[in-house]
Amino acid sequence: MREVAIIGIGQTPVGEHWDKGLRELALEALEAAIRDAGVERLDALYIGNMLSGQVEAQEHLGALVADFAGMHGVEAVKVEAACASGAAALRIGYAMVAGGLADFVAVVGVEKMTDASGETITAALATAADAEYEAVHGMTFTALNALLMRRYMHEYGYRREDFAPFSINAHRNAVHNPYAMLRFPITAEAFASARMIADPITLLDASPVCDGAAAVILCPADQARAFQERPVRIRASTVATDTVALHDRRDPLWLEAAALSAYRAFQQAGVRLEDIDFFELHDAFTIMAALSLEASGFAPRGRGVAMALEGAIFRDGRLPIATMGGLKARGHPVGATGIYQVVEAVLQLRGQAGPNQIPHARLGMTQNIGGTGATVITHILEAMD
Amino acid sequence: MHPARAWRGRSQRYRLEGEICEGCGARLFPPRDICPECQRPARTPYPLSGRGEVYSYTVVYEPPAGYEEQVPYIVALIKLEEGPLVSAMLTDVGPEEVYIGMPVEMVTRVLHRQGEHGVIAYGYKFRPILRRAVTIPSPSAPVTA
Repeated sequence: MREVAIIGIGQTPVGEHWDKGLRELALEALEAAIRDAGVERLDALYIGNMLSGQVEAQEHLGALVADFAGMHGVEAVKVEAACASGAAALRIGYAMVAGGLADFVAVVGVEKMTDASGETITAALATAADAEYEAVHGMTFTALNALLMRRYMHEYGYRREDFAPFSINAHRNAVHNPYAMLRFPITAEAFASARMIADPITLLDASPVCDGAAAVILCPADQARAFQERPVRIRASTVATDTVALHDRRDPLWLEAAALSAYRAFQQAGVRLEDIDFFELHDAFTIMAALSLEASGFAPRGRGVAMALEGAIFRDGRLPIATMGGLKARGHPVGATGIYQVVEAVLQLRGQAGPNQIPHARLGMTQNIGGTGATVITHILEAMD
Repeated sequence: MHPARAWRGRSQRYRLEGEICEGCGARLFPPRDICPECQRPARTPYPLSGRGEVYSYTVVYEPPAGYEEQVPYIVALIKLEEGPLVSAMLTDVGPEEVYIGMPVEMVTRVLHRQGEHGVIAYGYKFRPILRRAVTIPSPSAPVTA
């Protein structure tokens, strides 16, 4: 197997892009990544996307984006794994280069959500759950996370306000990310009094609906230097699955797939937990951030929230998370999120994260979660030099 | 929902019919054909009692398309007596009355309607277990409405 490097990154601002559709967003990110890498040709293009069929009545994004980008004839396919679609597309691109089937591969995550009404988006997102046994009962994604959060508070004795540090940290970091959607700090008081969406989840626990696209260019690591001064090596790329329905889990508060994919990632990379300098996790809701920290091994069970309360997740903490705003404040254009996480990790590893730079960052981990934890994809990235 | 799709799920939605594993005896709902405990086939139908308790719950204020008329509604995870968790709405109870551990039982209700000409989908919801009415005759006490 060949080692794989990321030699180019690109992203659009995350937000409400009334003036851009799927193809324009995807192209903007792809062109930025191609410019950054300075590559002339691409062997394949993988598109991570979840909702295009439901929101834009447009599937077949592989060919659509390839054609719009002027890449006539290129291999191109859309990859879908709910909110983990972005990282799933990266996994496929990684496998193609690692396995020697392609040398130069572009992976684009793209999502267009703001063309649909709130009810349509809520129903569309619920298709990541079990249609026959969850969604039919009026279950929404926020509701599923609220069920987890309430049970978690019940089992471990936390209050709603205890989850505030996750959102405060994300918003604080988004201020200095020019691509983030919600670039303003929030206070603990604002968190405590935020509008309820699905009790105990409020607006300030939840990531926003938005549009965006992000892209990376991959190539064999031994060719990376010819294109990029500061390439980033993919040390691990792992996928694990769990039951789609939350009610089918023996223990809903344990993200088995996150534990498996993180464990496999540490194995593949040959690194330990303590070696990870920062963690771009899937904070679609504050409870998911806590459960991800626990399942990945960074906090003992029931201590994910305590870890945040202790300040360990801040930029100067033991394990900085959401360093560019996370899903909460950068925004969560669902199928694009996995690539945004990787683009931001690359910025950190290149030393290009501006005021949010984690000093001496060498190893970063990203984790993209589909549904309530049914697909979890972990990548470990390393600065090459 | 297409009528055929609603019809396929009739045993589960109307009778809470799950499966029992011939290998290890695990009772499963929803039916899943392969036992998650022992990975052996589990295709023998098994009706669940419909009694359980609230494992967790929330109130939905921002509904998906098709559920607007029911807002706000309570959705819950119910821990059934036989072991499985099931997702369902709670009915005949207000959000302020629900608590984790509350005993509940299955009832059949309208899950959602698809406009004037669409299918009306029925299925299970859960309500607090009704206690048998006890009347103590007390002729002297005034009856108030």
